[in-house]
Amino acid sequence: MNALAWRRFGIRLRLLTPAALTLSVVFVSVVPVGLSGLPEVTPFFTLMAVYHWSIYRPELLPAPAVFVLGLVQDGLSGGPLGLFALILIIVYGLVSMQRRTFLGKTFPVEWFGFSLVVVGATVASWLISCVYYVTLVDPWPVALQGGLTLATYPCIVWIFSRVARTALRTAQ
Amino acid sequence: MRNLGANNQRDAIPIRVVVQRFAFALLAAAAVTLMLMNKSATGPIERFRTVLIDAASPVLEVLSQPAITFSRVMEEARFLVGLHGENARLREENSRLKHWRAAALRLQQEHVGLTSLLNARGDPSSTFISARVIGDSGGPFVRTVLLNAGSRDGVAKGQAAINGDGLVGRVAEVGRRSSRILLLTDLNSRVPAILEPSRDRGVLEGDNSNALRLSYLPTGVQMNPGDRVVTSGHGGVFPAELPIGVVTSVSDRVAFVQPLVQFHRLDYVRIVKHNLVYPPTREVAEKRTKLSR
Repeated sequence: MNALAWRRFGIRLRLLTPAALTLSVVFVSVVPVGLSGLPEVTPFFTLMAVYHWSIYRPELLPAPAVFVLGLVQDGLSGGPLGLFALILIIVYGLVSMQRRTFLGKTFPVEWFGFSLVVVGATVASWLISCVYYVTLVDPWPVALQGGLTLATYPCIVWIFSRVARTALRTAQ
Repeated sequence: MRNLGANNQRDAIPIRVVVQRFAFALLAAAAVTLMLMNKSATGPIERFRTVLIDAASPVLEVLSQPAITFSRVMEEARFLVGLHGENARLREENSRLKHWRAAALRLQQEHVGLTSLLNARGDPSSTFISARVIGDSGGPFVRTVLLNAGSRDGVAKGQAAINGDGLVGRVAEVGRRSSRILLLTDLNSRVPAILEPSRDRGVLEGDNSNALRLSYLPTGVQMNPGDRVVTSGHGGVFPAELPIGVVTSVSDRVAFVQPLVQFHRLDYVRIVKHNLVYPPTREVAEKRTKLSR
């Protein structure tokens, strides 16, 4: 009985993989790299995670979790609280409703879908921050972040799917 | 009965979708409300932020360690490649600095003599708290860093943060064991500053880029590229004469300033505890000594 309880606990823990991976990339995105020549912005890892899981395992990363992860990202980055939470929840909502479009398709299709999401999120976050700060915020850093996010997507998502496959295989 | 159950099941899907959409709308509305609250009432939001950075700081301390080690190794490798040139440059700089040292010592003597002659009050004393950078903003809209020192170490909101090169920014949020520095280059950063040669005052503004703008200068101000910009100390928050940067270009009553600090290479900073208690004048000091006897 005890062994069974432990097994169940282990399975529940493994089901937290998508949320835990997303939380870890929230932390990674604020770690200082400190290398000259590298851009000051880091790729928007959380956007990649939310897009990926809202297609493949939306039930393991529910909307309230996305909201909380967005708030943590806002709090750690020091920007307006609610900005990333809003962007992520909109992306999650739109993508999880259209997930059948991407399910079972080739990776380039998924990547193309992500490029649309990146453009939308970049423009939306820039517009919101312009309104929030009541000034014309320099669009170059956010455009650079969008480009980096799109370019690193295959690599990061490959890591996500490898980790999740290993962790969730036993859970099922 | 079975039919009814099947109908219910068919009906249940749109209801779930409606509930889901309602939840999205609710969460999006909550995010917008938070942003509005952030803009108007900062109290509870700030508490949330400080609790969050306090909770995250142990994780960030662990994560930032390998990142810093890696960047040090890379810098070291870059340094080794340019070792010969660097050595020659340092020799040349060293001989120049020796002349400056002699000049500084002479001026210091002169300064001490004149100060005692005029019985002038010195600058307020300052003490320092050293802290390690454990996080940066990473995002495109803010320029901040997180430090592993907070209120328990004596850090307070508004204090200046410096490193060996010059002013880094000011303390914007303070948790118990961590704090956030708003860098000079942030969109919201405003620092009262002085153009060193003319002693004209202005306000140094950041705009999220790597350059700063010195605005609100008086009309007819004399400034040239290469002029130094230092803190003015007005408002009593920052100590005066902290080096900030060098003027790169000038236009009508605005100077563009290159900061001395290399923000991408911040690893340790010092928080200046600026004590607004001036050192006693000679008269007061003498009276005190007499009383204590």
